[in-house]
Amino acid sequence: MNARILPYVLILPVTLFLCLFFLYPFILVAQQAFSTGSGFTLDNFRDVTSHWKFPISMKNTLLLAAAVVPIQLALALLMATMVSRMEKGRDLVLYIWTIPLGISDLAAGLIWLAIFEQSGFLNTMMSGLGVVDKPVNLLSYQHPGIVFLAIALAEIWRATAIMLVILVAGIGLIPKEYYEAAEVFGASPWKRFLRITLPMLRPSLQTALVLRVILAFEIFAVVAALGGTLFPVLMGETYAYQFDLLNGGAAAAIALIILAISIGFTLLILRLLRVPKGASI
Amino acid sequence: MTDAVAIDTGADTRKWGKYLYVSSVVLLCAWVIVPIYFLMINTLSSPETVSSFPKPFFPEFDLGSLKFFAGFAGMLTALKNSVLVAGMTMIMSILIGAPAGYALSRFEFRGKGTFRLLILLTRAFPLPLLALPLAVLFIRTGLDDTAFGLALVHTTLALPFAVLITFSLFSGIPIELEEAAWTLGCNRLTAFTKVVLPLILPGITASAIFAFVISWNEVFAAAVLTIENRTLTAFLLQNLDTSPLHLKFAGGFILVVPALIFIFVVRKYLFAMWGIANR
Repeated sequence: MNARILPYVLILPVTLFLCLFFLYPFILVAQQAFSTGSGFTLDNFRDVTSHWKFPISMKNTLLLAAAVVPIQLALALLMATMVSRMEKGRDLVLYIWTIPLGISDLAAGLIWLAIFEQSGFLNTMMSGLGVVDKPVNLLSYQHPGIVFLAIALAEIWRATAIMLVILVAGIGLIPKEYYEAAEVFGASPWKRFLRITLPMLRPSLQTALVLRVILAFEIFAVVAALGGTLFPVLMGETYAYQFDLLNGGAAAAIALIILAISIGFTLLILRLLRVPKGASI
Repeated sequence: MTDAVAIDTGADTRKWGKYLYVSSVVLLCAWVIVPIYFLMINTLSSPETVSSFPKPFFPEFDLGSLKFFAGFAGMLTALKNSVLVAGMTMIMSILIGAPAGYALSRFEFRGKGTFRLLILLTRAFPLPLLALPLAVLFIRTGLDDTAFGLALVHTTLALPFAVLITFSLFSGIPIELEEAAWTLGCNRLTAFTKVVLPLILPGITASAIFAFVISWNEVFAAAVLTIENRTLTAFLLQNLDTSPLHLKFAGGFILVVPALIFIFVVRKYLFAMWGIANR
């Protein structure tokens, strides 16, 4: 087979597969969202957005993303810089820090449930220290702040690793000479971080943020494990519409709303952290 | 890249800085490990201990919770389904993804940039949502509630990663090796199977494992697309409201264990894939 056609033959399977299971369902979900059986309609969207739970779950999802993503970014940057100057034990530390990468959101939720539930480890510690007399049901409607905190902690615990991996890889690509030159001119470590690491890391920061923000809007199982119905989020509502209410059109409508928010934020991040020409995501 | 920062002045500050540095590393390691340790304590305790108060800080190595987990109706089937779906996802994503990775690394062709961008863009997409329309489609085609149907969706999730990882792997092997094989009488195919494949196999295994983990961990699509043939994540999710604590924790632990092993196996490749994907 000649070299002109071969590459196209090789990418054909992926292209076909993604057309069938990515593009086509995407069209279907749009169709489903904009119809209730007879022609084009916005009824599904009206139904969904007028439901009392919608503003709350929208607010919760966005608030959670706003609380979690910046902390994860700071933490991942800190960890990545720490690792980059590590001599001994780098592999071990990196392995430990990337463990959560392989842990599902459901498992992460259950892990933090072990800490926050009524007979859990947090209560054990608190009563051991004499802060409380008897175990408190922390994950209940009386403590919305703690429910939020537990979910946020579980998310930070679980999903910082993906940003860390992207940033460590990105830092590895920065030429060492820049740091050496900066050192010759007497730049402090903090200055070097601000003037070299951060600007050079822009493509990685972009990738990491896009990926993380999108995953943040998809949050589902962590919330299901920790908050249940106490803390409604968009993805959970989608699931509820599909399963408990058997309303596929409404589920599709929320799915499209989540998609729209995700795409909006992706474009925003790409724009804010624009990479000079010649580099892509 | 790990040159020690050499500042001659301020030996005292440096010493304190070092303490601070080491203790933060240790602290961050503890931040990751301690929650998993807590889950392990719960898993290796008897069901009575799990719901008792206060909690012990050491496991009592009682297999009661795990036995209960294994005996819980449907749980072992769910575990089997999880492995089955993840296995199929692994095979499909490599078989479909690796050729594209090879094409990207070896050929210049029209539309290459666009193709790569599209692959990257699929990653910037809440993919599990696509399970919703597929649920309808699968009912029509008889794929509903089957492991294969779910594996197809999980393959969509894992494909972008498979393409990017194999792309970076193939790029790491000099084309000169292949060219040398051609001059020695190999054609494209035999050069690939005799020279490139042996070199690439560990990396391929790593990206296959990565695909396995993606599928193993996926909750939403699994919960939407399966009813009778639940995977472990879907089964646990469905029973969250009703199952006792020790069942939840044992289930969570079973979900975590493969992750620990897999990340250890693929740790070398985690960085290569993102490094290339960044450029």
